[in-house]
Amino acid sequence: MRVTVRLFARLRDIAGAAELARDVAPGATIGAVWRELAGEFPELVPYERSISSAVNADYARMDDVVRDGDEIAFLPPVSGG
Amino acid sequence: MSGFSRTDRDLVYWERMTSLLAIGPDPLDLDRLVTAVGASAPAGADGAVVTFLGLVRNHNLGRIVRHLEYEAYEPLALKVFERIAGETRDRWPGVRLALHHRVGRMEIGEASVAIAAASPHRADAFAACRYAIERVKQIAPIWKREFFEGGDVWIEGATANPDDTGARSEAERVACA
Repeated sequence: MRVTVRLFARLRDIAGAAELARDVAPGATIGAVWRELAGEFPELVPYERSISSAVNADYARMDDVVRDGDEIAFLPPVSGG
Repeated sequence: MSGFSRTDRDLVYWERMTSLLAIGPDPLDLDRLVTAVGASAPAGADGAVVTFLGLVRNHNLGRIVRHLEYEAYEPLALKVFERIAGETRDRWPGVRLALHHRVGRMEIGEASVAIAAASPHRADAFAACRYAIERVKQIAPIWKREFFEGGDVWIEGATANPDDTGARSEAERVACA
């Protein structure tokens, strides 16, 4: 399965890309996708406890299972307003 | 033919500028929000419109701020605005909300967010307007990067969790204080 990962703000700076394509195993959770990414970019690790996630532009939980073609977004703590 | 396309363009512009909820790079205009909330109820029913403008400030945490850059996950931000409008309606029936957030580079003094809350009664409009900005800060997927004298930094505030009832209660408490 292939998913698109969207990264914002400092997470995007750390990874050096706003969008990444990643292959994931069937049954993988959002959390598993995050851990793969954090393995690749160790500076992401400290965000483990403070990020939010979204699937296809809806807030999601880290234990939600991803599906082929999903757009998965990782969101650092927000600062709008 | 050109007449049709001009009409279409005007219509798109009108719809975008008069929508209750919006996010994009265009400068904010509070009058548009006031017009939009006013048009969302039968004429004459409102007794109050309370508005809020969030501005780019020239100082933050002892730093001299040069300008800000905002980015957003726009499709999710719009859904969050809808959620905030829904929460506001549930808590203060009769109140309608207009909420526009700007993204991109903004200079000192420019508005980054504009809110208008209309209601038959002023107390509800004041409370709803305050509630809306607190919720934007809690759960809208929007980030500001501060460019200050000597560097730049992404500002990181709340972990966005729309289902966190504690955060929602806190926004309501502040709104009604």
